[in-house]
Amino acid sequence: MHIGKGEIPPLAPRMHSALGRNDIFVAATTPGRGTLKHTGRERWLSAGLLAPSFALVALFVYGFIAWSGFISLTAWRGMLPDYTFVGLKQYGDLFANARFQRDLLNTGVFTLAFLVGNLFLGLLLAVLLDRRLRGETFFRNLFLFPMAVSFVVTGTIWVWIFNPHSGLNVLFTALGFNTANWKWIIDPHMALYCVVMAAVWQMAGFTMAQYLAGLRGIADDVREAARIDGANEAQIFRHILLPQLWPVTVGAIVILGHISLKIFDLVFVMTGGGPARATDVPGIYMFEATFRGDLYARGAAIGIVMLLMVAVLIVPYLIYSRRMDRS
Amino acid sequence: MTARRAVARLALYLLLVVFALFFIMPIYVMLVTSLKTLAEAQNSSMWALPRVLSFEAYANAGARLGRGVLNSLLLTIPATLISSLVGSVNGYCLSKWKFRGSNLLFTIVLFGMFIPYQSVLIPLVHFLQQIGLYNTIAGLILVHVVYGVPITTLIFRNYYATVPDELIEAGRIDGAGLLSTYWYVFLPISLPSFVVVAIWQFTNIWNEFLFAVTLTNNPGTQPVTVALQNLGGSMIAQWNTQMAGALIASLPTLLVYIILGRYFIGGLMAGSVKG
Repeated sequence: MHIGKGEIPPLAPRMHSALGRNDIFVAATTPGRGTLKHTGRERWLSAGLLAPSFALVALFVYGFIAWSGFISLTAWRGMLPDYTFVGLKQYGDLFANARFQRDLLNTGVFTLAFLVGNLFLGLLLAVLLDRRLRGETFFRNLFLFPMAVSFVVTGTIWVWIFNPHSGLNVLFTALGFNTANWKWIIDPHMALYCVVMAAVWQMAGFTMAQYLAGLRGIADDVREAARIDGANEAQIFRHILLPQLWPVTVGAIVILGHISLKIFDLVFVMTGGGPARATDVPGIYMFEATFRGDLYARGAAIGIVMLLMVAVLIVPYLIYSRRMDRS
Repeated sequence: MTARRAVARLALYLLLVVFALFFIMPIYVMLVTSLKTLAEAQNSSMWALPRVLSFEAYANAGARLGRGVLNSLLLTIPATLISSLVGSVNGYCLSKWKFRGSNLLFTIVLFGMFIPYQSVLIPLVHFLQQIGLYNTIAGLILVHVVYGVPITTLIFRNYYATVPDELIEAGRIDGAGLLSTYWYVFLPISLPSFVVVAIWQFTNIWNEFLFAVTLTNNPGTQPVTVALQNLGGSMIAQWNTQMAGALIASLPTLLVYIILGRYFIGGLMAGSVKG
């Protein structure tokens, strides 16, 4: 797949122009230098222009979170709202619930496997592509294109690849591995990893792009100096490149981790949470409790637990980005 | 030495080709299966090329997904345009017309980009029902514009930050204020960012599933992702139709990626993500 006309310039310079220098930290560019002096009237106009959309965000994000939090403290089940206050009962029930315990375990395993798979594959692809070879653009675009496809489409295709009667078993048998009769997506021990595989296929390009930008950001003379000092390529990678890529790794862990903590579409399409809850996650449970079972208070409680899990990852990241922004 | 280098290069390319095959594999499966007849689209011949090219799967899938594609277009195009405009004005104000607390305010808004939407979903459904926008495309547009504010604002803010402050000062000497400087100076140079943001929003809104499946409840308003999911549920063994459907549902975003891929990466790097 060739993208656009002619060669695309290397990653780093483009991001430099489009998005400022520090690409991974969301708020880490430094808008203005604080030298602009504005009159009071202009500041009010600026705030006034921001007000409508920020007010909507305040309502849709913070207002609705508060509202969900409130619902999670009630006894609401059934079609009609029931605001009987029951305190933290929903949360107690939830954490004592075998399905939810399984969901948390699955999310942990999924997140770990998803992170390891993405970071490993993403770093490997970036290192391979950093060799300034012919066809770099072609390979880069190829590794990235799954990002343009929805989880629903990805799931639709991969579920057939992992179908034990078709897909990989047929392929492996044709290649001469006659014993290829794994159960894949219908095996409770393998299903979760099948979903991880599809998710890594979709997101590895993102991780690669982050690492490649990081590698391109390291000046060539740093490597050259190490080479002159007698370091081999492996040592340069281990002692010079890898430490410098640490911020990229942290950023990627935060971004990928929060995707995996709230994963829903892919699991919904591929397994619906089965077999025997082997791939069930809080996102699926929340959806089923709320929209299939009318257990609104429980659904709200699951949503709030998911929010807290994501917040543990994201809030320190935002605070850190803000600090970087100021300095 | 040069022989060793040549071998190393060859190994490098071989490795890349292996990974390339892994990334192409699902697309290969989707394409060849979608071009087979139902009789040929069987499990055992999954990896084989079609013996006869058939478009019956596309006819079937097209009939089932047509309305969903239309709904998705009616949703995605206006939502993308509105979000881009809102993001541009917000980013401009936040980078060039700061006021006390504006940075903190922005960080608070930015958090909205990461929340699991499950944590707002019940009130959101209720709210849309109250204002009469539940199960409407307009309701979905509103939702995507609002939850798109953080990322669109972020991308424009970072872009405008690279524009020298002197342009504002120069405009001021000529008597231009906040609005006219935006209109005559910043808007005309914003095209690259508009493309980045528009592609990002288009892709995400087109591919979105959770809002689509919870805020609509019939085929008249359901976006294509929901239609595809329903197709998978109702035609479980008709793999050729499912794969044709998958291709139809991903064609617009794939085309955008193929034509404007270089800008796609900009949104990617802004720290935002699918999900």
